[in-house]
Amino acid sequence: MAERTYIQAISDALREEMRRDQRVFVLGEDIGVYGGAFKVTLGFQEEFGPWRVIDMPLSETAIVGGATGAALMGLRPVAEMQFADFISCAWDHLVTVAAKQFFRGGTPVPIVVRLPSGGGFSGGPFHSQNPESSFAHIPGLKIVCPSTPEDAKGLLASAIEDPNPVLYFEHKHLYRRIKSEVPNERYTIPFGQAREHRPGEDATVVTWGAMVHTASEAADELAGEGFEVQVLDLRTLIPWDKERVLEDVRRTSKVLVLHEDTRTGGFGAEIAATIAEEAFEDLDAPVMRLAAPDTPVPFSPPLEKAFIPQVEDVLAALRELVAY
Amino acid sequence: MSTETQIQVVMPQMGVSVSEGTVTKWLKQVGEPIAQDEPLLEISTDKVDTEVPSPGEGVVAQILVPEGETVEIGTVLALIAPAGSAVTEPATPERAPAPEREPVVLAAEPAPVAAPAVPPPQIADSSGNGKSFVSPVVARIAAEHGVDPTAVPGTGSGGRVTKKDILAFIESGAQAPPPVAPAPEPAVVSAPQAPAVPEPVEVAQPAAAAPAPAPAPVAPVAPTPAAPAPAPPPARVATPAESQPELLPGEALEPMTAMRRGVMEHMRRSLDTSAHVTSAIEVDMARVVALRQKLKPEFAQQGINLTYLAFIARATVDTVKDYPWINGELRGQSIVTRPFVNLGIAVALEEGKGLIVPVIRNAQDLNLQGTARAIQDLAERARTKKLLPDDVQGGTFTITNPGSFGTFHGTPIINQPQAAILGTYALVKRPWVVQDELGNDVIAIRPLMNVTLTYDHRLVDGAYAGLYLRDLRQRLETWDEAAY
Repeated sequence: MAERTYIQAISDALREEMRRDQRVFVLGEDIGVYGGAFKVTLGFQEEFGPWRVIDMPLSETAIVGGATGAALMGLRPVAEMQFADFISCAWDHLVTVAAKQFFRGGTPVPIVVRLPSGGGFSGGPFHSQNPESSFAHIPGLKIVCPSTPEDAKGLLASAIEDPNPVLYFEHKHLYRRIKSEVPNERYTIPFGQAREHRPGEDATVVTWGAMVHTASEAADELAGEGFEVQVLDLRTLIPWDKERVLEDVRRTSKVLVLHEDTRTGGFGAEIAATIAEEAFEDLDAPVMRLAAPDTPVPFSPPLEKAFIPQVEDVLAALRELVAY
Repeated sequence: MSTETQIQVVMPQMGVSVSEGTVTKWLKQVGEPIAQDEPLLEISTDKVDTEVPSPGEGVVAQILVPEGETVEIGTVLALIAPAGSAVTEPATPERAPAPEREPVVLAAEPAPVAAPAVPPPQIADSSGNGKSFVSPVVARIAAEHGVDPTAVPGTGSGGRVTKKDILAFIESGAQAPPPVAPAPEPAVVSAPQAPAVPEPVEVAQPAAAAPAPAPAPVAPVAPTPAAPAPAPPPARVATPAESQPELLPGEALEPMTAMRRGVMEHMRRSLDTSAHVTSAIEVDMARVVALRQKLKPEFAQQGINLTYLAFIARATVDTVKDYPWINGELRGQSIVTRPFVNLGIAVALEEGKGLIVPVIRNAQDLNLQGTARAIQDLAERARTKKLLPDDVQGGTFTITNPGSFGTFHGTPIINQPQAAILGTYALVKRPWVVQDELGNDVIAIRPLMNVTLTYDHRLVDGAYAGLYLRDLRQRLETWDEAAY
């Protein structure tokens, strides 16, 4: 075990996969000498050479399209978006080709697209989004949203092993802020298994990504008021651990679905609807949702703070829930 | 407001039909120290006038209901700050608005009456979620336990009954002193813990979890938030004996397995739920005995051990078709019937110390051979612990066979939420009055078996059960080889 930041864990996992599997290579904008926008691949070109660490033109279409082609030919590309927001330029390749190729032609497309996402540092509307729900709606794609260094490493290894296109959302606000002990050896974490970040029996918060930490802080504060709230980290949205969510909802009977993405059509709606359908008779309160409002992410720091759910917002929602 | 945990003093229920009480006199004022059980106030109800003792030691922090006022039972009358904590506020003697959001957590109340949960003061709350709203989970638990939710004191918003409230209420009601006599002989086995609900709508665990090792009773204040079961303190206080039973010289202590705990919970719950009645019938098994002798070698070639149970299961399933309520279920206010029979077969394990009820799905589609094979397969897998969760769920009717050791009669317990359970007993040769070919009564030696049907009298009437047993006997006594 060694203490690693979230971003170090991602870098470690990527390096390890490239060392053990010659088919794995990375491509993206300025990922070579410069080491990528967030320095995840710093030093990679020196170790693996320019043919496995490929600087690409400023074209997300070319990056995802190229990765898809390479995957069809048997390689295991890991594409980097500088910011998750720019994935929209590659929508066609990702959604029309990569996601459907296996169902259409029978050939798998084992690509991973790394997507630095999320806000919290005044990045504004082009550099702060959490577009996971848009892709959760596309059959054929898998979606990973780690919240801890340990999960970041294990889930990236699983993503690279997976024979499907995987969108790996890495939250920028966790990069250097969150650190913890990470096993030195290689390991994988299976998709579709939620993780209990914090136990509790008075209510359950279902969330993922950076909101896991926000929820956990709120829960800690509420513990001082005599209520123990469980924080369940989904870790992957596609597939998501429906059984575990339903199991915990049946136990606590009160649930808050929390995400940083905007509210309408967010993935929380899917979770809330599933709970209402399948655990209705176990509910002791309406399923609550807390998410960002339906606007672009604002630049202004105070406005951004008002936009992204904060500890106090979660606390207020939880107080209402436990008192219901 | 102080965030200290404070003890609530509530209007106690002074009789079953009493719903409110009047504060006649406060014997202590805000700021005064008070010992546990020291009289705090006097109340008057239409049945009795009495003093209310303090549920804990401390200082009177707030008086919420002034003298002369009449409030519902369960209403918080005063708050006691635990000894040692400073009463920061002299508090308003007026009926203060509810201590909003204040985490006034329940203290253990050695109150003389069953008032397990305490609602906040019934201050006007216009949120619309008043006491009349029953959440889905509360409705379900209420239906399962036959509890009227409006009779439960609520602590939710606007006095709503929460899941915790109703679970605490049920638990407090069920805490009768444990029976002194040892449990009845396990000779008559009955349906055990098969999670009988066809849906994964498991019964909320807390009730079952209660006997789990509870932490030692804590001081009457701070509840342990991390306690595994949301059992309220009062229930825990009442059961200290469970955690550390005292042994007399020579007695030995044996831990309880999860299966035994499950059986324990299920047996009790079943008796508390259904109105059990048992009817018995004597069946002349001569024809079945003869057929079994004849078919045994043929079945053995298929690797199947043909048992009487297979014949009975087959005939049972066939008879159930004409009596859908026997294979039915009471769910809420409705009767559920179904076109299929998922037949549970009770299998004894570990030399009689345990039992499980694997289920033959769609037993109506199996002939005698299929039934025999299914029973053999389930029994084998039950004993080798290879059953899958699906194998023990969704049963609609159960057969138990306690007769293998020679018992000739029993009264099994219904496997909830089913409506009935069939018991089969020892096959014995008995002198029996039959008619010879001339129509004269003669005494013959016949293989007789007692068969019982234990049914939920709420759903199944005696006549209905009698007709069912009659038809079942008819099928067994006139077994038509071609039809099966």
